[in-house]
Amino acid sequence: MQKNNIIWITALILVAIVSIAGTTYYVGAGPKKKLVISTTTSIYDTGLLDTIEDRFEAKYSIDLYFISVGTGLAITHAERGDADMILVHAPSKELTFLESGYGTCRKIVAYNFFAIVGPEADPADIKDIVPIEALAKIVEAGREGSIKWVSRGDDSGTHTKEKGLWTAAGFDWSLLREEEWYEEAGSGMGKTLQVADNLDAYTLADMGTYLKYSKDGIISSATLVTQGEELLNVYSAIAGNSTRYSHLNFDDAITFIKFLISEEGQETISKFGTNMYNQPLFYPAVNLLKQNTDPTTVQWIENYAFFDGNECPPEYWSNHPELYN
Amino acid sequence: MWDLFQNPLFQITVRSLQISGTATLLSVLWSLPLGIIVGMKSFPGKQLTKGVFNALLGMPTVALGLILYLLFSRTGQLGFLHLFPSSQAIIIGQAILVTPILVSLTISAVESVDPEIKDLAKTLGASEAEASLTVLREAGGGVVLAVIASFNRAIAELGVALAVGANLRGSTQVLTTVIAMEVNRGNLENSIQLMVILLAIVFSITLVTNFLQRRIK
Repeated sequence: MQKNNIIWITALILVAIVSIAGTTYYVGAGPKKKLVISTTTSIYDTGLLDTIEDRFEAKYSIDLYFISVGTGLAITHAERGDADMILVHAPSKELTFLESGYGTCRKIVAYNFFAIVGPEADPADIKDIVPIEALAKIVEAGREGSIKWVSRGDDSGTHTKEKGLWTAAGFDWSLLREEEWYEEAGSGMGKTLQVADNLDAYTLADMGTYLKYSKDGIISSATLVTQGEELLNVYSAIAGNSTRYSHLNFDDAITFIKFLISEEGQETISKFGTNMYNQPLFYPAVNLLKQNTDPTTVQWIENYAFFDGNECPPEYWSNHPELYN
Repeated sequence: MWDLFQNPLFQITVRSLQISGTATLLSVLWSLPLGIIVGMKSFPGKQLTKGVFNALLGMPTVALGLILYLLFSRTGQLGFLHLFPSSQAIIIGQAILVTPILVSLTISAVESVDPEIKDLAKTLGASEAEASLTVLREAGGGVVLAVIASFNRAIAELGVALAVGANLRGSTQVLTTVIAMEVNRGNLENSIQLMVILLAIVFSITLVTNFLQRRIK
């Protein structure tokens, strides 16, 4: 009796010790500083951020942690004080983020183009026409019942872009979504591409995810419209506002933004994916904007992603004018 | 050997086992005493208590994940603990998740012990505490099953780990969150590898459980 009691008590004490030890094991943080970046799936899922993380962490004693979600949730995380900075692609939402006092020091770091993808046979007959006209034809074909459209429907950057495109084409998105041929996947880019492929439907995709899925043979959809100002996709980095949340790691966020816009960071972005897909997935934006090497694209970026003629209005520079020289 | 330790798949698997193992043990600290007390004592509201824990068995992980995210988020009520995103948050979440399983199964195990055993122990001169321990020993097999079932539930869940851990590389990635991410990324091969590991863990634990069950009956 006595012996058995001792065994039971020892067992319970052991359980307690293991529990506490296990918990403290995780609590014990390393000496490195931690930078939490909430970011969009379209940039994370390509693997670009893994490459950037490796290069950055080799140079600085800062640990990067990426929370990869849709742009909507990425911004929500930062607004709730859960991320030190964001890396997103929805200029209209970024402006709101700055104006409502959550963000500072916005820098445009990269761009690429969205693509309208659809079945190889292209029943709506949109191949290589202007994006706005392509959308009009898709609506027409959809209402005839011959095609379907699959929307991300998840408040992500791509979804925001899609809604903007419908407006530009003269449609009210909130009415379109009620129509029979308009489907909402409510999930990430990869899942949406798979749904579209299985339904022989059209969708708006970021090139990175499309190329990856297409190359691996997961989908057979073709890119039908890839050119045009309306399809421009601009990625920006924005630091959190440390006057709003004093716990934010603002200094390291600035260090990381500076790395992204440095020669090394920009080169990493431009080279990424070239050996896998024979084309870059992202184009570096910093030198383009500074030196105006391609006036058409610069004009497009300014039209789409500048606020009052600035990538970041001076009131949000937060004592870092050197970012904007 | 060093290569194995450096292998991300290995690290993620070990982290999953550690997190869910710690969560289960943490939950044992409060669930086992609670289950034993509820199972042994008769008090008003006992049936209600059992009913509540049975109802909580069906707690959707996505709901628990959302509740905990709102609490742990920096502007949430418990934001000052700096728990989001972290593996501690996953441990706490999974410990809460498995509590109803542990409590309910422990109650059943304790109640299945013949009540006369306790009386017999007392007639033989055992104190109340000693008599309770006797009952617990008799119920031991059922309690072990409860712990194993809880661990299985913890390691197989996705909702809580994703909501409060956020799948941070090298820090809060566990098997289920990485499988979900790799599927999203279109890396089906990687996700299949991880799925096989997860299934191997879950199935071998289920096999052990079944074996133990047969031994006990």
